[in-house]
Amino acid sequence: MSSIPADINIINHDAHAHEHHDTGGDTVFGFWLYLMTDCLLFASFFATYAVLYMNTAGGVSGKDIFELDFVAVETAALLLSSITFGFAMISAHAQKKATTLIWLAITFAFGVVFISMEVYEFHHLIAHGNGPQRSAFLTSFFSLVGLHGLHVTAGLIWMATMMIEVSRRGLNPATVTRLSCLSLFWHFLDVVWICVFTVVYLMGVM
Amino acid sequence: MSHSESHVLNELQTQSHSDAAHGSVKDYLIGFVLSIVLTAIPFWAVMSGTLSKPTTFACIVVMAIVQIWVHLKYFLHLNFTTEDGKASSLSFIFSALIIVMVVGLSVWIIYESNAMMMY
Repeated sequence: MSSIPADINIINHDAHAHEHHDTGGDTVFGFWLYLMTDCLLFASFFATYAVLYMNTAGGVSGKDIFELDFVAVETAALLLSSITFGFAMISAHAQKKATTLIWLAITFAFGVVFISMEVYEFHHLIAHGNGPQRSAFLTSFFSLVGLHGLHVTAGLIWMATMMIEVSRRGLNPATVTRLSCLSLFWHFLDVVWICVFTVVYLMGVM
Repeated sequence: MSHSESHVLNELQTQSHSDAAHGSVKDYLIGFVLSIVLTAIPFWAVMSGTLSKPTTFACIVVMAIVQIWVHLKYFLHLNFTTEDGKASSLSFIFSALIIVMVVGLSVWIIYESNAMMMY
């Protein structure tokens, strides 16, 4: 008889301990480790670009196709989206649901501006016969910049999902943990973009 | 009792942990202003072409490295003051080492073999 309530107690105690275990921090750290492996993926694409960028096969080189004013605006959109996401995180930690949603929407808009400009640039290049099949330089250019663009697109889809989650369920600890992971992802893509505009665009035009 | 005490302690630790893990408005503003400056300088250097080519090259590389550091500190909140910050910072330093080796050695090997093919 007495063993049954004791067992129930143990179960309850366990459930309680699980609830208060700091799994949020572990999740965010685990996500950071994933981002570090993603760094290596980008590094191999950068290495490929660095090795192949001079092989233009008689076609265009970076100097002919890169427009720095255009890239500067893209960069500005991404930088602005970084600080607005920061404000979204501060609002989320302060449990301000409406403010969080507004900042997330602004961040999303800047992300859309960035990705639209990139799609426009790619379309413009392909329409003029400078698609990825033209030369090794263009293959590596489309792969590297396209890989970053795919990450940003994935980030936008994730952000839209988070906006729905926040508006429906509010800012409970699990949601804030997910937002923290997305925050790392978004700022990490900004760091990758610094390398892209330096190595690909600025060095390409020099 | 001891259980509720550890519960309170846990709660406090979680709080102080999250304070260190996410920045303040001031942090984000400092990071933002610095990254604007550190983006504008290399774009200006390349677009105006006033500096000599080697100086421009050195300028954009240095600005990129400083800006990456700014982003890591102010936006990604890497630090050496908390346990979590240390773990994240060390894993980043390890990745950076691997990246330098992957990119640096690939470029070195390929360019050297390219030069040797010329003879």
